[in-house]
Amino acid sequence: MSTEASKNSEVLLRVEHLKNYFPVRQGLLSRVTAYVKAVDDISFEIGVGETLGLVGESGCGKTTVGHSVLRLINPTEGTVLFQGKDLTHLPAAELRAMRQDMQIIFQDPFSSLNPRMTVGAIIGEALAIHGRGDRKERAEMVRDTMQKCGLDPAYINRFPHEFSGGQRQRIGIARALVLSPKFIVCDEPVSALDVSIQSQIINLLVELKERYNLAYLFIAHDLSVVQYISDRVAVMYLGKIVELADSTELYRNPLHPYTQALLSAVPVPDPTRRKQRTLLPGDVPSPLNPPSGCRFHTRCPLAIDICKKVEPRELDVEGHKVWCHVVEEQITGSPPSS
Amino acid sequence: MTDVMDQTSPQIEVRNLKTYFYTEDGVVRAVDGLSYRLAKGETLALVGESGCGKSVSALSVMRLIASPGKIVEGEILLDGLDLLQCSETEMREVRGNRISMIFQEPMTSLNPVFTIGNQIMEAIRVHQDVSRKEARDRTIAMIRRVKISAAETRVDEYPHQMSGGMRQRVMIAMALACNPEVLIADEPTTALDVTIQAQIMELLAELQSEFQMSILLITHNLGLVAEVSDQVAVMYASKVVEHTSTAELFASPLHPYTHGLLTSVPTLGMPREQKLNVIPGQVPNPLHFPTGCRFHPRCPVAEQRCKQEEPLLREVKPGHWAACHFIENGKSPIKGADR
Repeated sequence: MSTEASKNSEVLLRVEHLKNYFPVRQGLLSRVTAYVKAVDDISFEIGVGETLGLVGESGCGKTTVGHSVLRLINPTEGTVLFQGKDLTHLPAAELRAMRQDMQIIFQDPFSSLNPRMTVGAIIGEALAIHGRGDRKERAEMVRDTMQKCGLDPAYINRFPHEFSGGQRQRIGIARALVLSPKFIVCDEPVSALDVSIQSQIINLLVELKERYNLAYLFIAHDLSVVQYISDRVAVMYLGKIVELADSTELYRNPLHPYTQALLSAVPVPDPTRRKQRTLLPGDVPSPLNPPSGCRFHTRCPLAIDICKKVEPRELDVEGHKVWCHVVEEQITGSPPSS
Repeated sequence: MTDVMDQTSPQIEVRNLKTYFYTEDGVVRAVDGLSYRLAKGETLALVGESGCGKSVSALSVMRLIASPGKIVEGEILLDGLDLLQCSETEMREVRGNRISMIFQEPMTSLNPVFTIGNQIMEAIRVHQDVSRKEARDRTIAMIRRVKISAAETRVDEYPHQMSGGMRQRVMIAMALACNPEVLIADEPTTALDVTIQAQIMELLAELQSEFQMSILLITHNLGLVAEVSDQVAVMYASKVVEHTSTAELFASPLHPYTHGLLTSVPTLGMPREQKLNVIPGQVPNPLHFPTGCRFHPRCPVAEQRCKQEEPLLREVKPGHWAACHFIENGKSPIKGADR
């Protein structure tokens, strides 16, 4: 692993060879007949106060990564080091204590808030669980956090249904923020929101990050949003990272053919820049039975013989990482070998 | 309301359309005095945020508004024929035949218990007097035309056997089976991934020139608008607030809402130092629209007059219509809005 995440800060989270396989059970005895390889051997790190964007199309495993990093689901293999401690084998009590520093914001502000709890109870629940302060102090902390997230503290006794989508997402953010965590997984935090509300939430997330030196794992399918908010971006395809680079570098100089296609598929709100795009043929294959070799070879415009047989290895060009045989040959000048 | 655009014979012209829903809580004015023109062979994008009335306006054109909703006023002219004066029998000749529609969620708009071939064939047999055999042949040809491989075998498959992108292709095949003059596409790619979205939009563009049809594209994605439309109508709170050509709209948005929308989305390559613009507050509730200009509580340049007097959609410069009191000499009231 290179250490480009730590060029201006220490490493907060290090994920090594993470794998998440979900068994598929079939038949009378519900025997395991196959595995969905949702996440298949990925590694990355996030520095203190850094935002790593994770993009990819639906079903590529990005949400699974977010959940395994917090151990909301147990990884099949691999290690997740948070501040040097391996979360994957931590006993429940210690894990719970660690979770004060790592929180999550969900995509859907409608289904992720308990409709029977008041806003104050939703935001304050974590404080109570972790035994912070007494009742009065907790209410004060909740009010303070609501203020920070742009919610009127006078609404503390209202219920989620009394709020709009954007405000509900602010409640979700306040819930994550109230424990003053160091790291937040943002799982598609703006994709359910309207355009004019989206920018309010993005600006809030950027502001909070700068103010509290938060690190984010920002998961989204909207490349423009990810590129805007992230310091570095990892592109996922069928359970694997195919490219990882600084966010401006990735946009200016995408190396992997999938990243290039993804970038060219994003419609640009500027009619003077209607572009010729690289259309990818076909659909994303099923992760139940991913293609051999490079998983992208079935849709790749550059695929050569070796791509069908051998998995590409990591190529690191000054911190810009890419996994592709063809790019490797172009850059190193030597034909890819097994 | 004056005519929205002085061109010869538009394909579809909507004049002062009002569609209201009479609910227990009160009257929801989902579409409230809407006017736009869709020229022949062109693509008009209807943009706006959720709840602004864009889908209801499309359903009104198809006359698919069910109780408690009702079209209370206005005209919808299809090549001169006022659809609101048509009988239900006459409407049936229009729907699926002269105007077709595709929806956002292809899974819920296809019937899960019929094969896709059956569903496309139904559209053909309802409108045209052809034999089963011929309908099936045309169905297979149509499936091939929307670029689904192995059309002869896939015609007998069920919707659940196909991916989201494939299902949207089936929807398109069904919509185009009778060679309609107008296709209404209501958020056709919102449920799809970007690479699949690109495939579908490319396909629609190809089919548009092949079939010579006009497209009414309903979307909230400004990127899509810029890439595929000729004209744009921006909707806010059940009305059109700005209507002009796509190039003109993106080059010089005149209405403060349009300007706010365009500057609040991050574009690829935008540096983070550049803060995103924010439209404060939220979209108003259609049960209680603000008085005067409906945008005034969120507008950065609103004054007293905006609270009392509703601005009309007027031609503020040649070919450019907007509804705002403060657009003078074709200039936006917001400084630096002309890019």
